Amino acid sequence: MTITGTGSRATRALGVLTLALFALLALLGLVLSPPDAAMGEAVRLFYVHVPAALASYAGIAVLGFGSVMYLWKRSLTWDLLAAAAAEIALVFTALTLVTGSLWGRPTWGTYWEWDPRLTATAVLFLLLLGHVAVRAAGGDVHGRARRSAVVGLLATVDVPIVRYSVDWWRSLHQPATLSKLDPTIDGLMLFSAFVGIVAFMAAFTWFLLHRFRVAWLEEQVEELSLADAIVERRAEGGRS
Amino acid sequence: MWRDAFAVAGRDLRIEARSRVAVNQVVPFAFIVLLLFGFALDPDRGILQRVTPGLFWVTVLLSALVVVQRSFAIERSDGGRDALRVGGIDPAGVFLGKGAAILVVLLVLEVALLAAVAVLYGAPLAGWPLLVVSAVVTTVGIVAPGTIYGALASGLRVRETVLPLLFLPVVAPVMIGATRAFEAALEGSTGAGWRWCGLLAVFAASYTALGMLLFEPLLEES
Amino acid sequence: MEPVLTLRGVVAVLGRFPALAGVDLDVGAGSTVLLVGPNGAGKSTLLRLCAGLVGLTAGSATVLGHDLRTGRRELRRRVGYLGHANGLYDELTVEENVRFWARIARVPEPAAAADAALERLAVASRLRDLGVGRLSAGQRRRVALAAFVVRRPELWLLDEPHAGLDATARDDLDDLVREATAAGATVLVASHELERATALASRTVRLEGGVVVDVA
Repeated sequence: MTITGTGSRATRALGVLTLALFALLALLGLVLSPPDAAMGEAVRLFYVHVPAALASYAGIAVLGFGSVMYLWKRSLTWDLLAAAAAEIALVFTALTLVTGSLWGRPTWGTYWEWDPRLTATAVLFLLLLGHVAVRAAGGDVHGRARRSAVVGLLATVDVPIVRYSVDWWRSLHQPATLSKLDPTIDGLMLFSAFVGIVAFMAAFTWFLLHRFRVAWLEEQVEELSLADAIVERRAEGGRS
Repeated sequence: MWRDAFAVAGRDLRIEARSRVAVNQVVPFAFIVLLLFGFALDPDRGILQRVTPGLFWVTVLLSALVVVQRSFAIERSDGGRDALRVGGIDPAGVFLGKGAAILVVLLVLEVALLAAVAVLYGAPLAGWPLLVVSAVVTTVGIVAPGTIYGALASGLRVRETVLPLLFLPVVAPVMIGATRAFEAALEGSTGAGWRWCGLLAVFAASYTALGMLLFEPLLEES
Repeated sequence: MEPVLTLRGVVAVLGRFPALAGVDLDVGAGSTVLLVGPNGAGKSTLLRLCAGLVGLTAGSATVLGHDLRTGRRELRRRVGYLGHANGLYDELTVEENVRFWARIARVPEPAAAADAALERLAVASRLRDLGVGRLSAGQRRRVALAAFVVRRPELWLLDEPHAGLDATARDDLDDLVREATAAGATVLVASHELERATALASRTVRLEGGVVVDVA
């Protein structure tokens, strides 16, 4: 069978759904929903910021799960899944940081405030960067997989501790402000936020499937070239 | 496991006692960092005193990087990494042994640094029970991930550069907790300090357990 | 003869390179097998594989009754591997190095066993309290051999063990190998010292291009 891409009927459907959700989100978030009484227009950033943060946590959850499963089963499939999740989570944490600081400019008057959630996200971003760096450092596939699984697992265990410690540390100085949504929030705003979360989760899944398949195909190519290399190697010994 | 841990710790400490790398290089390094903080901030004692806990722990953390790197350089010197595996040493024993040796070196360093901040920054040392307990727990929390990442990085060509990138973000909560606990101890408001100590203990215990489990796949690398 | 080593279609990949490309080999207990072949034939990788230091990519391998896929850690306690590196710590004395390995191998009375091993390898007693870093290359090799025999391995994996040793040390080594096999140990040795090694070996296995091409 010749594989010509990483898509399938299911991923194409998911892709169309994702794009439609984003169009809806743009309409709701930018046009239909009203500005917030306290935050003004800046509230619209929330429809991107909060879902991106949630998607990055989802990515880290997949990373942790994949890492544990690799160490247990020693199957490269789990390693590739974990790696795909880590890369995507890295993108979403970056997005969370950017939208967070964009929101901070009009709200706090600075691009960076030591807000607990934002600070925790910055640490998360660095943890994920470490994972990507270890993968880029090379080595044979299982060596790389073992190292990345250890890094992935250690990073995942760190996430709740980072969150807890940062929350508690900053709560001594100021209450958590960002993403503390008012329960009496306008219905359409709540709906926009909900659409945002669904859209980002769909995008996360869509990216994950494709990224995983790319990694998997790369692995297949490696295996094929290894088979060739073995034949070549045996030929050195005079028997092929 | 414990026998191997004792053998490895004893060997590492003996090597340290002979080579004096910690005494001759790491301690002076830590002192120069303390001095640099003095230059960078303001030798006006008010500021330095106020931020003493933070400067103290940043210095310890930077020194820990150096000590961890040194500890795994020993293993690479003469095919030792192979030998560790050939001998069939229990991987958890290697982790505990190397970790214990690093812990001893860092604790000794901390005693020297405490004296130094008291003199250089004029920090009034107080709240001794909390100070000592939180220092020990924090150091375990630094050493456990440090040892894991030290072993992981030592198998890579980019080991010197990748170790800080992996290690420093993971110990971010330790840095926060240790600094708060020290502040509490120095200010004499120990209630919150003990709570931070609890968080540090959770961190130290989790990463020690992880190290014992994960050293086997880490040493497996071919 | 009870099999000590059973390899079937063993492929071992280092990085992206198949160092072993399908090795079949059987070795029985108490034999001495000489591995020969040109540089890069896969001799060292084969020894490291048997020591549990290199993973198995394909095929099956049983060494001392341990499956190489699942039982590497248990296996490592029972084999001895001496490669090009000595695995000694420069800052420790000769005696401390050997004692450390005796202790790790759970040898009863490690200190006495270390003394006996050093005695056997004719390491002069005036050297024993010196740091290994101060010894000559040949002396270090002798200490490495002492650290090797003190572990009392059941399977000896020696990679170019004669290199860097003087004539008496080579004779000592050969005697050790004979004693060990007489006592039931099995030896795999890769060597370019063909004359010496052939005299020692009960079988010669020729490797080329990561496969066994000849057994004599």
